[in-house]
Amino acid sequence: MIKKATVVVLILVGLLFSYVALSLPPTGDHEAPAALHVSPRYIEKAYEETKTPNMVCAVLADYRSYDTLGETVVIVVAGIATVFILGVRRPSDEA
Amino acid sequence: MELVQPAFLLVQLVAALIALNHRDLMVAVIMFAAFSFCSALLFTLMDAVDVGFTEAIVGAATTLFYIAVLYRVKRRSSA
Amino acid sequence: MRKGFGSIVLDVAFRHLAPFMILYAVYVLVHGHYGPGGGFQAGAMLGLALCLVQLVQGHDAKPKWGLGMTAGLVLACVGALIYVGIGLAAFVWSGNFLDYGVLPIAAIPAEARALGILGIESGVTLGVMGVIFVIFDLLTRDKGQGA
Repeated sequence: MIKKATVVVLILVGLLFSYVALSLPPTGDHEAPAALHVSPRYIEKAYEETKTPNMVCAVLADYRSYDTLGETVVIVVAGIATVFILGVRRPSDEA
Repeated sequence: MELVQPAFLLVQLVAALIALNHRDLMVAVIMFAAFSFCSALLFTLMDAVDVGFTEAIVGAATTLFYIAVLYRVKRRSSA
Repeated sequence: MRKGFGSIVLDVAFRHLAPFMILYAVYVLVHGHYGPGGGFQAGAMLGLALCLVQLVQGHDAKPKWGLGMTAGLVLACVGALIYVGIGLAAFVWSGNFLDYGVLPIAAIPAEARALGILGIESGVTLGVMGVIFVIFDLLTRDKGQGA
C-alpha cells in the first residue's frame, strides 16, 4: 500500500517537474533573466580587468572569490572528517 | 544531430536503472561511471566545457573510490 | 603484497602513465587562464596520479614513492592556507579581502589579478590533491592498521 502510494507520488512529482521545465528558457538564450543582470558587465569587462581570456576562470577566481574560498574550505573539511571517521583505530579492529 | 541529447539522456536512464537494480555491485559501479561520462558529454554538448571537464574528472575519481570500497565490503548486495 | 596489479602488462603500463598524468595536470593548472581547466580539475588529476603511484607499488608498509596520509592532509591544509593567505595579503597594501589588484607583483592591476588568480588556483590544486589522496589512502589501507 505504502509502496504504491510512493510510486504514485514519485510519478506526480516527475510530471510536475517536467511541466515546470517546459517553461524554462532554451539553452543559450541571451534574453533569459539569468543573463540580463550582471553577465553583460562580466562579458564586456572581464578581459580588461583581469587579463584572463577564459571568462569562466576570471569569474570563478576573481569576481566570485568568496565562493571558491568556501568551496576549498569545504573540501578540506570533508577530508579531515574522513580522517576522523575512517582513520581511527577502533577496539574491534585489534582482533 | 538534434537527437544526440535525448539519446544520451536515454542511455543515462537505462544506466541508472541497471545500477539501482543489479545485485552485483561492480556492475553498479561501472553503470555509474557510464552515467557520469554521459553527463560530461551532455555538458560539453551544451557548450559548458569547464563543467564537462570537471564532471569527467570527478567521475573518474568517484569510480576509483567506489572500487576501493568494493574491496572492503561484500561484492553482492542483499536487496 | 608487493606486486601492484598481479599483471605485468598493467603494472608497466601504469608505471609509464603516471608521469604524464602529473605533467598534464600541471598543464591544466597553468593553462586555466586560456582554456578549460583550473585548480579543481588539476588537483583532482594530480590526486588520481598519486593514487596510481600508490597502486603500482602495492601495499607495503613503507612505499618508496608518493605521499603518506599525514603528508596529504598537511598539503590539503597548506593549500587552503595559501588561498586565505593571498586573500589576507591584500590587506597589507590597503586593499579589500581577496582583491589581488593591489598586490605589487605586476606593473598594472589587471596583470596582478591574473597572477593572483594563478596563486589561488595553486592553493585549490593542493587542497583537492591532498583530500583525494587522503580518502583513497584511508579506503585502501588494511583493517586495523590505524591512523
